[in-house]
Amino acid sequence: MALLDIEDIHTFYGGIEALKGISVTVEEGEVVTLIGANGAGKSTTLRSISGLTPPRTGSINFDGHEISDTPPQDIVKLGISQAPEGRRIFPRMTVRENLELGAFLRSDDSIESDIRRVFDLFPRLEERERQKAGTMSGGEQQMLAIGRALMSNPKLLLLDEPSMGLAPVLVERIYETVAEINRQGTTILLVEQNANYALEVSSRGYVLETGTVTMTAPSSSLRENPDVQRAYLGA
Amino acid sequence: MATARPVGARNPVAETTHAIRERIRSDRRLAWALALVVLVLVILLPYAFDPASPFVDHCVTALAYVVMALGLNIVVGFAGLLDLGYVAFFAIGAYTAGWFASAFFATVNGGKGIHILTGTLAGAQPGIHLNFILVLIVAVILTAIAGILIGLPTLRLRGDYIAIVTLAFGEIVRVVAVNGQSIHLGGTNTLTAGRQGITPIDSPELPGMSAFSPLDLRPWYFTALVLVLIVVFVNFRLRDSRLGRAWIAIREDEIAAASMGVPLVKTKLMAYATGAGFGGIAGAFLASYLNTVNADQFEFSFSIFVLAMIILGGIGNIVGVMVGAIVLSFVNVWLIPDVLHDVPSKLGLNFDLTELSFGIFGFLLVIMMVLRPEGLIPERRRQIELTEGVGTDEALFEVRS
Repeated sequence: MALLDIEDIHTFYGGIEALKGISVTVEEGEVVTLIGANGAGKSTTLRSISGLTPPRTGSINFDGHEISDTPPQDIVKLGISQAPEGRRIFPRMTVRENLELGAFLRSDDSIESDIRRVFDLFPRLEERERQKAGTMSGGEQQMLAIGRALMSNPKLLLLDEPSMGLAPVLVERIYETVAEINRQGTTILLVEQNANYALEVSSRGYVLETGTVTMTAPSSSLRENPDVQRAYLGA
Repeated sequence: MATARPVGARNPVAETTHAIRERIRSDRRLAWALALVVLVLVILLPYAFDPASPFVDHCVTALAYVVMALGLNIVVGFAGLLDLGYVAFFAIGAYTAGWFASAFFATVNGGKGIHILTGTLAGAQPGIHLNFILVLIVAVILTAIAGILIGLPTLRLRGDYIAIVTLAFGEIVRVVAVNGQSIHLGGTNTLTAGRQGITPIDSPELPGMSAFSPLDLRPWYFTALVLVLIVVFVNFRLRDSRLGRAWIAIREDEIAAASMGVPLVKTKLMAYATGAGFGGIAGAFLASYLNTVNADQFEFSFSIFVLAMIILGGIGNIVGVMVGAIVLSFVNVWLIPDVLHDVPSKLGLNFDLTELSFGIFGFLLVIMMVLRPEGLIPERRRQIELTEGVGTDEALFEVRS
């Protein structure tokens, strides 16, 4: 059974149906990406999984638990963690305080060693450990958002547009680290507009358009697909 | 204000105070020593005055306001939920004393009354009479429940909308208090005594302390001081606890906090409940001290008065909030009515300055917003926001550009 199995979810913002029956599966150890234009429902899918905007109908099964009705904090406890869209770090807290909040639900004694692990992944964060997060550059804030999400020790990491607003060289650095996090054993569901990088790092991809899945295939074949190239790869 | 000058730049006074603050912050022993000196002075203070002097009276009131301001600070300062109906908890705390420490319910138990651990003074009267400590505990419980009830409908709201809903609840409580005479609880008992007020309220009778009376205010003073110390201790412990961090996370960014697994409902309700509980303690104490519970005490302006204390002192900063409460309290009960009251008549104007109290508070707040928007003793995070231009909005803006 897949680690994450989303079946036919419909999610609404008030009366507006943002997801019109999305089905996605993620196997353990995979990197899966959702690509699509603005308003396609990529972020809403992630918010549905993490419980911030629960779906009205449909099922989300994670690691043997039905979570479409579960409050966000219990979903984090089960092992799903999200680096939300727009990073949303706590600007007036230090880098360390941000990371500690990422471990909010944990009380074990390996929190310190996990902060160490984040610092190894993002050495820049260690240099800025005592700095207020809001004073850092966009790239550093993105590193912090990912690091903070890792602090809950998730089985599944949800990344929402990690390349947003970053210089190309930084995007590359972030994606190298995303691949490294996956090699260390974390399954990743990645949402991107920047389809180039997303399809490179992932094994499978889903194309979303106005709340439905229009295509799903291994990332390598999506990269070759002329429609995808025209719409999302700028070819 | 994003380009406000850095802390203390070209301002020798601010520079010095900033240096002193940094010194105290970095040296815990110095901080403790200072706290101890202040405590000793505060304990000795009433002995320098006549036991029934107006100054001691003002101090007792100020201490009760400190408790209240620290409670509101948890809701507004720590958790960032703008509560404009805080007077509701003052009212409920005060009525707890009115109900459970007076002869108000004269017919209970066949007119013999109910007495639990009361001393000789209250022991013979009809009505319900609980020991003062029990009254405080009941006040905390009732106000905490009220805090949760008022908090529940605001859970899905943000910012200004929370303010409006809480404001409405404050008014509801006041209107119920005013009209409580028409709410019958069986027999001749009514919910409140409306504008007539419930009076007298039992004075505390505590072992090891001399009699609480209007002629010797020292027992009142020390009781209030103990309450302040308890509330300050709880405030510091909460601030540095997991719950305290959850409050700050919610204040900084609710969505991000939820993503990290901070349970929004529970955390917000805890803020409302603890904040309300402190308001209830202060309310029960003040009812007992003023010897009356009168529906006219619970005007909306009182909520603003307490809010002004924490804004003046420095929202979120425990020491700052205490200073703000003491300063505004003295402005209210001493500076305006005793010192400046005849200024208008000297100028040939025909009104009493106390009628302008809230105008003066408003003016003070405006001056503060211009000169020192972060408060007298700011909390660090807010100071950063105001002086270095680091805020949530800016961070998000950067992402979306």
